[in-house]
Amino acid sequence: MLIQFIAFYVFAAVCVGSALMVIAARNPVHSVLFLILTFFNAAGIFVLAGAEFLAMTLVIVYVGAVAVLFLFVVMMLDINFVRLRQGFMQYLPIGATVGALLLVELLLVIGIVVDSPDAGGLGGAPMPPVERQSNTHALGALLYTRYMYLFQAAGMVLLVAMIGAIVLTYRVRTGVRKQSIAAQVGRHRADAVEMKKVATGTGVTL
Amino acid sequence: MATVIPLGHFLTVAAILFTLGVLGIFLNRKNVIIILMSIELMLLAVNLNLVAFSAHLNDMVGQVFAMFVLTVAAAEAAIGLAILVVYFRNRGTVAVEDISLMKG
Repeated sequence: MLIQFIAFYVFAAVCVGSALMVIAARNPVHSVLFLILTFFNAAGIFVLAGAEFLAMTLVIVYVGAVAVLFLFVVMMLDINFVRLRQGFMQYLPIGATVGALLLVELLLVIGIVVDSPDAGGLGGAPMPPVERQSNTHALGALLYTRYMYLFQAAGMVLLVAMIGAIVLTYRVRTGVRKQSIAAQVGRHRADAVEMKKVATGTGVTL
Repeated sequence: MATVIPLGHFLTVAAILFTLGVLGIFLNRKNVIIILMSIELMLLAVNLNLVAFSAHLNDMVGQVFAMFVLTVAAAEAAIGLAILVVYFRNRGTVAVEDISLMKG
């Protein structure tokens, strides 16, 4: 019991601290690395909340794909980050005001949250005890039956994102000599080789 | 309830994360990459809320929804970065204030 609280506070503290560093770091590469640390610790909090599958998905999708994508873009684009940093202090007062206001409001809402007595029974899919069915199994049983159409729609979203990213970044380069497979395959012997009878003592005109 | 940690603790962490995301958008007004990362932080906070309530109410639906949020977040990051790459290729910068060039 106590160990869970200690783990939660460690995960939460590192998560919040690294999230702060994401927005405060001078170097965007450091920002991305702190983002990865944030996601790892959020995955730890997910495990403590009993959502093991989502925790692993978070590590795979966010750390493995999204954060690495960010890292690629940050490192590949030759951006002058010093110029982009200007105005950081200029926006600090308004940003801090809005942030503090938002945080206070959110914490006030958390302070007054009251459970409806029958809120637990209203949910459509009660969580099975872990001894009987693992979290992954329960999630799959729900996702592949009742939420099948939503699942397919999510797949469609990913497909559209993939096609969109490819279409956006695809660039036809002109003036580049590349191998043309179609031209190679479509070549006939008649176009390539010509037999000529060469009379002795005379040349050939090609 | 699937966890011994009270609901308010999860919600507080999520609220702080969300606020940091908003703050990141305000502070790094010029750098689109940091803004995209801030949006990811906010979506993470939302996911944390969904999972916390899922554990609190003993209901799996919150986790299903969190998974869809995860999907949309991944798609959004891919498209956003693709737009960023195209924009950088055309303009040679990612400064946000230059993007509003077309407003006339």
